Amino acid sequence: MSVKLSTRQVGDVSVVDVAGRITLGEGSSALRDSLRDMVTKGQKKILLNLAEVSYIDSSGIGELVSGFTTVANQGGQLKLLSLTKRVKDLLQITKLYTVFDVHDDEAAAIRNFK
Amino acid sequence: MGKNTGGEAETVDQFLDSSLESVDSAENLVIEVAQKAGFEEEDLHKIGMSVRESMVNAVVHGNQYSAHKKVHVSVSKGPDRLTIVISDQGKGFDLDALPDPLADNNLLRNCGRGIFLIRAFMDDIQVRRLTPNGTEVTLTKYLVRK
Repeated sequence: MSVKLSTRQVGDVSVVDVAGRITLGEGSSALRDSLRDMVTKGQKKILLNLAEVSYIDSSGIGELVSGFTTVANQGGQLKLLSLTKRVKDLLQITKLYTVFDVHDDEAAAIRNFK
Repeated sequence: MGKNTGGEAETVDQFLDSSLESVDSAENLVIEVAQKAGFEEEDLHKIGMSVRESMVNAVVHGNQYSAHKKVHVSVSKGPDRLTIVISDQGKGFDLDALPDPLADNNLLRNCGRGIFLIRAFMDDIQVRRLTPNGTEVTLTKYLVRK
């Protein structure tokens, strides 16, 4: 399985449930296309739920960073929700854990958007 | 595919196309050998990801998806270690010249973390220029028996 993305709206926050593998190729390009599409449509509050992400490589990390900067450059915010231990470890060793705003609770994450 | 088994030592090697499918194939091949060698789940993940990153470098940056160039993958299971050698036919790169992905001005780059992750996950990485062209990357992971 590559990656599966489904988006739902909670108030003015777009929650993207991501499942599967975010690796170079189909996985990373699907995430990139989805985020760009949301930004193009003017959505500025995006919460990426990574609870079901089983695997992410350096390309996938790159897409998270790229999404973060793309949304921020449009005046929006991208936050991360429910990291698995592996994804959390990867963000910690790459020093990105403190760059992203990471949450464990969806309701709290949604309230945290300005 | 070549296979040479003698005692506890075993070497499996494959010549793969310069494609993303080959990245998956190499990762699966190495994980299979690592599993037989006795590595546990967390190390299998680290080994698999290191092979993936190295294969992506070989396919994308080295051979640049060329249909005329192959990637050679060799995985050897020794009594105390797993050794993986991945060779491409590209222009090569200088390990010491790679930018530090943890530097403040590189932190938000969307690429350049592959070798850094391999260094974090494996016990050793060696990079050698091949003649007339190509790069050979050797990854080693030691088996810690409980």
